[in-house]
Order: sequence, then structure tokens, then C-alpha cells
Amino acid sequence: MSRQPSVARAGLVGAAPVFAALGDETRLRLVVRLCTEGPLSIVRLSAGASVTRQAVTKHLHALAAAGLVRGKRRGRQRQRIWELEPRRLQEARRYLDRISRQWDGALERLRGFVEE
Amino acid sequence: MTSADRIEKSILLRAPRSRVWRALTDAQEFGAWFRVQLEGAFAEGATLRGRITYPGYEHLTMEMLIERMDRERLFSYRWHPYAVSADVDYSAEPTTLVEFRLEEATGGTLLTVVESGFDRLPSGRQAEAFRMNDRGWSEQMVNIERHVSPA
Repeated sequence: MSRQPSVARAGLVGAAPVFAALGDETRLRLVVRLCTEGPLSIVRLSAGASVTRQAVTKHLHALAAAGLVRGKRRGRQRQRIWELEPRRLQEARRYLDRISRQWDGALERLRGFVEE
Repeated sequence: MTSADRIEKSILLRAPRSRVWRALTDAQEFGAWFRVQLEGAFAEGATLRGRITYPGYEHLTMEMLIERMDRERLFSYRWHPYAVSADVDYSAEPTTLVEFRLEEATGGTLLTVVESGFDRLPSGRQAEAFRMNDRGWSEQMVNIERHVSPA
């Protein structure tokens, strides 16, 4: 009995929202900042951005919807602290690596096919 | 080379361009090495379906939407990469674009395959977004991995 390959099931279905979320310059910048600077408040994140705080908030929610970041309230602070949720990024990367290996295999079979 | 949003591979094949072109664009020959039993013939605008013959994946079918066939230069199609199951409707999901480019090379043919569109955005904008970080997206991926890997 062959198992349903996780390649087929988890594949682009899961990865596409991640790539789409990252395909925006402002959102990519936010992810990069959270990656290099660690958890940050909306005030800190907006300070370095070229767009309004409202726009940054909107982008953060889009990233959260794709599972890339999460916002938490700490202690009595009313403000949320945003941090990276790196697992989704890793999944997306692993997905590309798998497809990449499948191409390696296919191209080697093509070589055997045309060079014989 | 593999970046965050596309896959690119090159291979030098010791065979003439005409031979490589036939192996890519004759649906039966394509199926022999790619391992899929395709029905019909490749033509621009055509949609072909077939059953995967790769061991362990025989329960899957795939669909190819042929885009361009520029003789002995470029063959491209769209598909849902390895994401096909009988009980799931993939039509609303993004397709990726696969492009095979053939170039004359010493001793044979240089074949480059690019699969792109993993983020579903127009290619210009996505390139811009990934270029914007001058340290490179790949490096950020490494950073992120380091960040999450157990010490």
C-alpha cells in the first residue's frame, strides 16, 4: 500500500500563502527585521518603516494570517509584541528543496534518455 | 541555484539540440523520462493529463497547460507541481511556470530549467521584493534557520 506522499499534500498548498505574503516589499522588510532584531513592538517596527503605523499593522496581520508572525501582549502592556513564527518559513523552504531534488532526478533520467 | 521563489537548474547534455527538443516536446518521449503516461500531443495552448508512472506515485495524475513551443529554443508549461490528488480540487490553487531553454554548447546542448511562480505574483514585482534586501534572501533564510535550530 502506498502512502499518500507528503510532497503532494503539504506542497504548494501550504507554501503558496507564505511566498505570497513575502512577495511584498514592506512585509519582507518586517520579516527580516523580526529575524535580525527579535521580537518588536508596533512602535519600533513602524519607526523604521516608510509607511504609516496603520499600514504596518495591516501588513503584520497579513503575515500572521500566513502563519509567519504572531503578536502577543506581555504583562500589563497594552501594546502587542510581534515575533517571528519561523516554522512556516522552514516548511516553505523544505518544499522548494524537495521539488529541487525531484528536478535533479528528472534531469538525470533525461540525460540517460538522450545520451544513449 | 535555488532561491526562495524559484528553482533553476542547468545541465549539459551530450546530444544535439534536435534530440533534446524531441525528448522534451514529444509527449510520449517526455513521459518516458519524466515518468508520466500522457494522453494527447503537446501544442501551444493544449492541456494534457496523465498518470504518474514514478514508483510510489502511481496513484497521482498531473495536468500540464502548454504555454510556448519555440522550436529547439524554449518549451514551457504551467502545472500544479506535484500537488495532485483525486479528491482535491486544485483549480483555485496557484500554478507554477516551468521553462526549458535549449542552447548550443560545445559537445552538446545546454539545457536550463526554471520553475517559478511559487508566490503567484507577477514576476517583476516578486523579483523586486526579493532584490530589495541587499544581503540576499538566501542569507536571511540561513539566519532564520540558525535562529530556530537547537544549539
